Amino acid sequence: MKNSLGKEIPEYIEGIGKLEAYQGAWTKLNKGWMNERTLPPPIKAQKPHFNKKCNSLEEAIKQCNPYDGMTISFHHHLRGGDYLLINTVKLLSKLGIKNICLASSSLTTAHDGLLPYLKDGTITKIFSSGIRGKLGQAISYGILDTPVTIHSHGGRARAIQTGRIKIDLAIIAASAADSEGNATGSHGKSAFGSIGYAMIDSWYASRVIVVTDNMVEYPCVPPSIRQNYVDFVVKIDSIGDAKKIASGTTRITKSPLDLRIAQMAAEAITNSAFFKEGFSFQVGAGGASLAVAKFVRKEMKKQDIKGSFLLGGVTSVLVDMLEEGLFKSIFDVQSFDAEVSSSILNNTYHIEIPSGLYANPFNAGCMTNKLDVVVLGALEIDTNFNINVITGNDGNIRGASGGHSDTASGAQLTVVVCPSFRGRIPIVKEKVHTVVTPGESVDILVTERGICVNPNKPYLEKELIKAGLNIKNIADLAKEVEAITGTPKPIETLDRIVGIVEYRDGTIIDTIKQTKGDIDSLF
Amino acid sequence: MKKNFKRRSMLYIPGNNPAMLQQGGVYGADSILLDLEDAVALNQKDAARILVRNMLKSINFYNSEVSVRVNPLNTPFGKADLEAIVPLQPDSIRIPKTETAEQLAELIETIEKIEDEHNLTHDKMTIHAMIETALGVQNVFEIAKFSKRVDAITIGGQDLTADMNIASTKDGGGIDFARKRIIMAAKANNIDAIDTVFVDIDDDEGLKKDAAYAKKIGFTGKAVINPRQIEPIHDIYSPTDEEIRKATKVYKAFVKNTKEGIGVFAVDGKMVDRPVVQRAEHILSLADIDLQSFE
Repeated sequence: MKNSLGKEIPEYIEGIGKLEAYQGAWTKLNKGWMNERTLPPPIKAQKPHFNKKCNSLEEAIKQCNPYDGMTISFHHHLRGGDYLLINTVKLLSKLGIKNICLASSSLTTAHDGLLPYLKDGTITKIFSSGIRGKLGQAISYGILDTPVTIHSHGGRARAIQTGRIKIDLAIIAASAADSEGNATGSHGKSAFGSIGYAMIDSWYASRVIVVTDNMVEYPCVPPSIRQNYVDFVVKIDSIGDAKKIASGTTRITKSPLDLRIAQMAAEAITNSAFFKEGFSFQVGAGGASLAVAKFVRKEMKKQDIKGSFLLGGVTSVLVDMLEEGLFKSIFDVQSFDAEVSSSILNNTYHIEIPSGLYANPFNAGCMTNKLDVVVLGALEIDTNFNINVITGNDGNIRGASGGHSDTASGAQLTVVVCPSFRGRIPIVKEKVHTVVTPGESVDILVTERGICVNPNKPYLEKELIKAGLNIKNIADLAKEVEAITGTPKPIETLDRIVGIVEYRDGTIIDTIKQTKGDIDSLF
Repeated sequence: MKKNFKRRSMLYIPGNNPAMLQQGGVYGADSILLDLEDAVALNQKDAARILVRNMLKSINFYNSEVSVRVNPLNTPFGKADLEAIVPLQPDSIRIPKTETAEQLAELIETIEKIEDEHNLTHDKMTIHAMIETALGVQNVFEIAKFSKRVDAITIGGQDLTADMNIASTKDGGGIDFARKRIIMAAKANNIDAIDTVFVDIDDDEGLKKDAAYAKKIGFTGKAVINPRQIEPIHDIYSPTDEEIRKATKVYKAFVKNTKEGIGVFAVDGKMVDRPVVQRAEHILSLADIDLQSFE
């Protein structure tokens, strides 16, 4: 069946079930209510003074009666410094468990070590927002029989509520926890800030194990994960590599090109009608996106404009803006550097939020619905403003859907920043290889060679032209880029689908085809 | 033949760096210098020459002036540089370490010979003479007036302090006389004077101070080595709103009075004659205001 972007989507996939075709960013949600079946959270029971502490992760897992075909879940707040996911899979493999469905909120380069477990059938299904490194390549080369499902952050919450992802065992890493399982990521030697992605896992998983390297005296505050959802608690030596947890992608770029793009984006934002007292703001991490915050901050001070809330994806730059009084509050679903953790602890208006409140479309209004301006990156963008953030120029899975389509759908002004080409590879082109965010939710593209405005916002284009900005037609820009880079050879793919890209409402917006690569070369 | 380029900023790009070259036009610099000389190691000179030659043919530098700094004629590379670059007629060629008018004569002769071989006229590409030695500073007036093709004089602060055997300091004290002498020679010949680079790219305040001083003493622009330096310099060289308002008033009155055949008149109680009108024209052009719109 064809979806509204003209992509061919299978009606059914063995191991996943019936699929729904994408029909538009808001088509499915127009009713104002959903007639989807939802899965009730499990009802547990526990006798008083039960000792939840287990001596080892293995013991805790055994207590949870693992079985073939189970679904396990993790959060990715430990980013590149995560040990826990692989250690858990190792243990389950040791116990002879097979056909596991892995539902981590995302997967990073820390998870390349999963390759042998995909090859030997320990893991046969994956739900994730993103897959990088060798893992992404192996999946693109076809190592799994069942296609992976790529979902957005908001979409994951929806999927868990509807039972599309039915978690049997949630393993929740925490930088501090108490004996009852109250847990947080906001302090401790391995602090990672907000634990927003794990909250829904704790509410819906049949069994929940909290794993920490820092057992604190009862009660652990703040109790981001609450004891009444937690079955077992384990203390280990280290939940991850603290240095890699506090990742380096949060320093403002010094690249002249990224700074140039960021400056142009900030100009576009501050010359739009959305830059006014009380506006809300979100920026992606790294590259030009974060630098935009620096320029917008300057302009806010110059024009004496105060915003309402910041959302994200939070780095120390945003914390500085909160402390300067430029914004009233931060809603934090994921913290990108260590300094952010102390702001969560000490500032009442730095508020930790779960992924559903952040971006799940199946509720009475998530935070992305209230967003005014968002700045996002892109791996590719086409002349219809559709965006690819999942596959690279070789067609292999290497990125993440993340909050991209969630924020783009809700924000009044969605600004995408990227160079028009990278090296000799076009980024602005006729058609992207994989659509993750539909063009209808993207308003402006800012590149070093000009700003393109979506034709569905003619008044915005007029506004920006009046402000003297370098506005270009996106088709012209794509041609200009092609004249510089030449036309790349089309990506060679096979017919087999190795991944489905789920839009936030559960419909399928695109599929990822297998590429011609040698799986064995990755081992 | 004074060109129409603003030249408030001149962005230096090493000629052997393809990534920087291909993005050269996006930063909004008034002028771009593709460098075959000091930024390029000796064993890379030929690679840089070929790369710049090819880039000139294919990269769009948008509205910036494109200048190429060749190696001096008394090096093994100079002649080959000119032979590769002159036929492509960039907007200008920068000659480093210019010391005497005779040197300039030899250079222009070489350039014109190459232009003749390619059936090109001698009046399109201009020359920027770069003064980087004490001898050059002393001879700068002769150099500036030597040919109509020379439409800018620039100063190379790093090489000059080395030639003078003094330390290069942020306040530029050691090269102050040289700067002013160069400016005077340029003004006397009605051509541009471009200041040397400010090397500390992390010192925003220092850059602003240096650029403000350069403007005050008469430089028409400044070289930059990082795109981050462009905007602060443009800000300093851009007229203020007040300056634009006054200039608009003066020029409007000028147009009106000229139509009525009046040559000298008063605006806001002050006499406006030719020099005042010229200053107004200059400010309006820096502000990108079209003089034709007043007719």
